[in-house]
Amino acid sequence: MSGERILIEGGRIVDPASGFDGPGTVCVADGVIAGVGAPPDGFEADRRVDASGQIVCPGFVDLCARLREPGQEHKGSIASESAAAAAGGVTTLCCPPDTVPVIDTPAVVKLVTERAEQAGKVRVLPIGALTRGLTGTDLSEMYALKRAGCLALGNADRPLAHPLVLRRALEYAASFDLVVVFRPEDPWLRSQGCVHEGVVSSRLGLPGIPETAETVAVAQALPLIEQTGVRAHFGQLSSGRAVEMVAEARARGVHVSADVAVHHLHLTESDVDGFDALCHSRPPFRTMADRDALRAAVADGRISAVCSDHQPHEPDAKLDVFPETEPGLSSLQTLLPLMCALVAEGWLSLSDAIARMTAGPAAILGLASGRLVPGAPADICVFDPASAWVPAQGGWLSAGRNTPFWEWTLTGRVTATLAGGRLVYSSGDIASARIG
Amino acid sequence: MSATAAADIQLDASGRLRHFLTVEGLSRELLVRIMDTAESFAGVTAQNVKKVPLLRGKTVVNLFFENSTRTRTTFELAAKRLSADVLNINIATSATSKGESLLDTVRNLEAMHVDMFVVRHAQSGAAHFIARHVAPHISVLNAGDGRHAHPTQAMLDVFTIRRCKGEFAGLKVAIVGDILHSRVARSEIWALNTLGVEEVRVVAPKTLLPAHVEALGVVPYHDLSEGLRDVDVVIMLRLQLERMGSAFIPSEHEYFQRFGLTEKRLEKARPDVIVMHPGPINRGIEIDSAIADGPRSVILPQVTNGIAVRMAVMSMAMHAGPDMEVAA
Repeated sequence: MSGERILIEGGRIVDPASGFDGPGTVCVADGVIAGVGAPPDGFEADRRVDASGQIVCPGFVDLCARLREPGQEHKGSIASESAAAAAGGVTTLCCPPDTVPVIDTPAVVKLVTERAEQAGKVRVLPIGALTRGLTGTDLSEMYALKRAGCLALGNADRPLAHPLVLRRALEYAASFDLVVVFRPEDPWLRSQGCVHEGVVSSRLGLPGIPETAETVAVAQALPLIEQTGVRAHFGQLSSGRAVEMVAEARARGVHVSADVAVHHLHLTESDVDGFDALCHSRPPFRTMADRDALRAAVADGRISAVCSDHQPHEPDAKLDVFPETEPGLSSLQTLLPLMCALVAEGWLSLSDAIARMTAGPAAILGLASGRLVPGAPADICVFDPASAWVPAQGGWLSAGRNTPFWEWTLTGRVTATLAGGRLVYSSGDIASARIG
Repeated sequence: MSATAAADIQLDASGRLRHFLTVEGLSRELLVRIMDTAESFAGVTAQNVKKVPLLRGKTVVNLFFENSTRTRTTFELAAKRLSADVLNINIATSATSKGESLLDTVRNLEAMHVDMFVVRHAQSGAAHFIARHVAPHISVLNAGDGRHAHPTQAMLDVFTIRRCKGEFAGLKVAIVGDILHSRVARSEIWALNTLGVEEVRVVAPKTLLPAHVEALGVVPYHDLSEGLRDVDVVIMLRLQLERMGSAFIPSEHEYFQRFGLTEKRLEKARPDVIVMHPGPINRGIEIDSAIADGPRSVILPQVTNGIAVRMAVMSMAMHAGPDMEVAA
């Protein structure tokens, strides 16, 4: 279907980047947006998509989704998870470097991107390792990783050996204008923790991860970010205090941004009660006050991106005593409905919710996607904001079913996804017909 | 899961005990019933023939993933005095140490048509996990899981307190020592508060107290003399050095200086105070030998009472109490 001219009509177009919010058509030709609002003169479509009653917006840009390939194909594959991404409206995703082998050489970058191309669904942007093998000691060949296609580097959830390595890594990354992605967690303060250190951890006798594991790591990184001038991004913040610290630094002019995983906007420490391994997450779900602080920061833009932090697992990974289970949720397909839930609860407007999944994350990485303007990549999501569905009842494409939302009735469902001008997902609930 | 939900997994549709995983969420009436049932079994251990046929034909598996002498022995004795067959699984030489998952271990034992698992595990939540996955006819008793719960120890402690003090109302109880790592303390706090004591205090340096400890329904103290003032019961805890990393306390010497129970410190308590310890005790680290072996110590009666309490819980979970018929 490459090169197909597509007309998406009848929907409400919501493009936070351009401020467009209203009815109209979106035209696609040669893999890019050809027109928004009204078809350009002489545009003849090969395919029409009827988006009546639906939202047409940019495809989502997900800053953190693990695809498990290479090395952990028993949990998922680039093919399965990129199909799930397309079903979730995600058209560009960043995969962290903690694959096996680690994404610390151009060869592994190439392997990931080529397999993503073979899968033919969505654009996969590997995040390169900040240190070789993620060991935290030796710098990776950052320039080589950049040349291979990495826009950002990070150390996944592995610590650096000491602050001097961090300083050098940031300085070196800044030399090549690479974004450095942090998942802030002090390993000493985390220790053996597996849930938020608070009332629930004390009751259940589970080792806790204090809020300070996150805030101390942020506090350590911020002066070095400021000193080195690197563009830095804090991924998957879990505490209100950490958000404040990042916002204060940003207000001072430090090149720093932040995202939050969508499930941290809904779940709290109480959800692990009863030792529910499906709610075993790292960072952990914290207090209701933290959850609400994260929601408020997403609403006012201090957190400019919401990611899926997708981590598919095989069933056995969650079938053990809680501390022995593997953390993480399969969440590509719950990204949209969980954001729709925040809109329904009045936390933010639909346009702002879409912005946090599109223009916000795209700006962090300097991507041309995340907007519906002529000439931009034709990455488009069409969704029905009122469609209710239950993951357990079908349509779940990720190999990982490890989500506490499995039996929930979710509202907001993707009906069609275009990536690079190709229809990569269609739910069957949307009329899409070739012309002629 | 709320306390109510926590209780739900432990009770059958009729509200009878099915598993005994935690004291949390159980009613005062049920705790009293356990103690009353234990009272009826206490005489059995004093008889020449120390057996009753309540669990005849039933198989109890002691599934201990952590070393234990006292708890495993008392569970074994309790089961045998109820005429059950007892299987002790040595995890060090079991398939689990060869890489078999916990669930597979349980499934294989289940396939041997056992009736009850008594579980001790180093990780919090292990007993809950097993209870959620066993066949409907199998009961799971928690013999201690990580830092989470040790409900039979808590029940034998409150049973011992009731025998010494008669009533719970008006009692002040101090739990002293390593609260952070103590599953016993957590279960005791639930039991004591459910039974209506006036006040539960915890006495420890901040490094050995859980976060937001007040939310558990206790008053924290960092000074032992203050914490012991006017208390009726002192429960000393062992320093669980095997569960500690580093930097919880500077030294055992300093710990004893500040938090060790001595005759002088015990003078702050009420004259008829009783001193308890779940064992094993570390003399000279948390408790002075003169107190451990002295008239106010009920440490050995605790051990004796442990058998009756475990008989009570086992029989109730199998719906075969002294006033009940054994299920065929």
